[in-house]
Amino acid sequence: MEQSARYVVRRKERTSIVNSIVDNSMKYLLLLCALLTVFIVASIIVYVSKNGINVFKEITVEGFFTSDYWSPDEGEFGILAFWRGTLILTLLAITIGGALGVLCAIYMSKFAPKKIREVMKFAIDIFVGIPSVVYGFIGLTVIVPLIREVFPDSTGFGFLPAAIILSIMILPTVISISEASISSVDKSYEEASYALGATKVQTVFSVVLPSALPGIITAIILAMARALGETMAVQMVIGNTPQVVNSLLEPTITLTTGIVMDMGSCEFGSTWSNALFMMATVLLMVSILLILIIRLIQRRQVS
Amino acid sequence: MFVKIKDMIVTLILKLAAVLVVGILVWFLYMVLAQGLPVLNKEFLLGMPKEMEEGGGIGPELFNTFYILVLSLIFTIPVGIGAGIYLAEYAKDNIITRMIRLSIETLASVPSIVFGLFGMVIFVIKFKFGFSILGGALTLSIVNLPVVVSVTETALREVPQTYKEASLALGTTKWQTIMSIMLPTAFHKIINGIKLAVGRAIGESAVLIFTAGTSISRNYPEFNPLSSGETLSVHLWYVKSIGLVPDAERIAAGSSAVLIILVLVINVFMNFYEKRLRLKFLGVK
Repeated sequence: MEQSARYVVRRKERTSIVNSIVDNSMKYLLLLCALLTVFIVASIIVYVSKNGINVFKEITVEGFFTSDYWSPDEGEFGILAFWRGTLILTLLAITIGGALGVLCAIYMSKFAPKKIREVMKFAIDIFVGIPSVVYGFIGLTVIVPLIREVFPDSTGFGFLPAAIILSIMILPTVISISEASISSVDKSYEEASYALGATKVQTVFSVVLPSALPGIITAIILAMARALGETMAVQMVIGNTPQVVNSLLEPTITLTTGIVMDMGSCEFGSTWSNALFMMATVLLMVSILLILIIRLIQRRQVS
Repeated sequence: MFVKIKDMIVTLILKLAAVLVVGILVWFLYMVLAQGLPVLNKEFLLGMPKEMEEGGGIGPELFNTFYILVLSLIFTIPVGIGAGIYLAEYAKDNIITRMIRLSIETLASVPSIVFGLFGMVIFVIKFKFGFSILGGALTLSIVNLPVVVSVTETALREVPQTYKEASLALGTTKWQTIMSIMLPTAFHKIINGIKLAVGRAIGESAVLIFTAGTSISRNYPEFNPLSSGETLSVHLWYVKSIGLVPDAERIAAGSSAVLIILVLVINVFMNFYEKRLRLKFLGVK
């Protein structure tokens, strides 16, 4: 009797020791999982920029960024047309998609009946899941021919179809983040405004939106990051010609599409390939910069 | 009076924006399905692709898509959920935690093509995998990590504190509480993160072109993870921009329709599964 009681106690002790070992070691295993993300980001920065920086052994920094002459066969690597393309396209997409998305988010969070809001949430889920190449496919088979019909002297390729497709692609990012930020504004602000006799529209625009502004700006910046990184859909409709253009209807190129077009044809380690890695480094640095800007906005909001 | 008219006009504009957004989606789905559905049949879905002549299918590409999806999730789900648990339950507010958070946010906004080049340098060149299913899957799993981590963290933080306290008061260890109380209660929300990861894995192409490659193995189905494995999304891009197949239009239309149908099915299925989980663990709809 006594012996079996002692046995039980000992067994309990043993399980509790095992449990505490498991408990402690799991903590470190989980920390390892989390630290893996830091390790991955560091390796991405190191490996991509290490190859990219090699390009400056043969090309001057200034020439690389300011020359618009890109001809790998002649050893000329100027990426002006590429980064200018990315910049213009991103701004166009943000203007169209950002405006439409924010308006839609305002409607969803403050005006739509519950049923309609559910339907729109499901629609946005579907939007998120549509692959880039399918956007590109629709751009190529529907939008490009349409532009060719409206403007018969153009090829149909260029900034315009790319901007239309990209504006649609960034909609879910803009809508879901702005909607969440508008919905989370304290209800008492709204009630105070109504009590002062303001109408719904006045309340939403002069009370709710200013409070939600940091969130909306975050949404726009994340959408920018998405727009400047988009590759496949843009590649299919922009025309892929490394030239500086001043029209929305002439074929041109961006950083991402330049990489996709050329990476398959150059040898790894050549100046050409290093130039492409430098373009990727630029994209990487800009997206990190955008993340830091978002952090700054959020820190301001807290303090 | 003026205020009322202004109110009406602004409300109308907002409504129009919403109608436009949903309208674009419906139009988009219609365009894809109208072009693609007539193409779909058994030979197209299961047949081998052809390089030069008409009548090729997408069988191996479809197989590779699922193969890469499963391999990438095997890595993403445990590591992503693990890191999410760490951030929600263990992380103190110190420099290491801040580094981890910054890394996850950065990872979430790195352009896919940059991941593609990184995967190429590491897996294709450094590890000498060549263009391979494994290299593609590993790169893709990195792409999907941040979304699983942040969804897991948010889901765990939303579990009521009282559940946790009740469990700890019964004498369980922290790890037991996490495994038997926290994770099951939060799982219907974590499913949303997995849904996003699955969608991205099926649709991603820029990441896979330079890691899994644009060609397929001669064997079908090919289970060797070191053989090259073009997925459906990559195939769609390839035939439409580089390939020489005369019926590229038909293959692209069919592939688009298949991709869209997969997206719809996954969304509907996951939403259904999420509701069932919520009913099972929380007893509410």
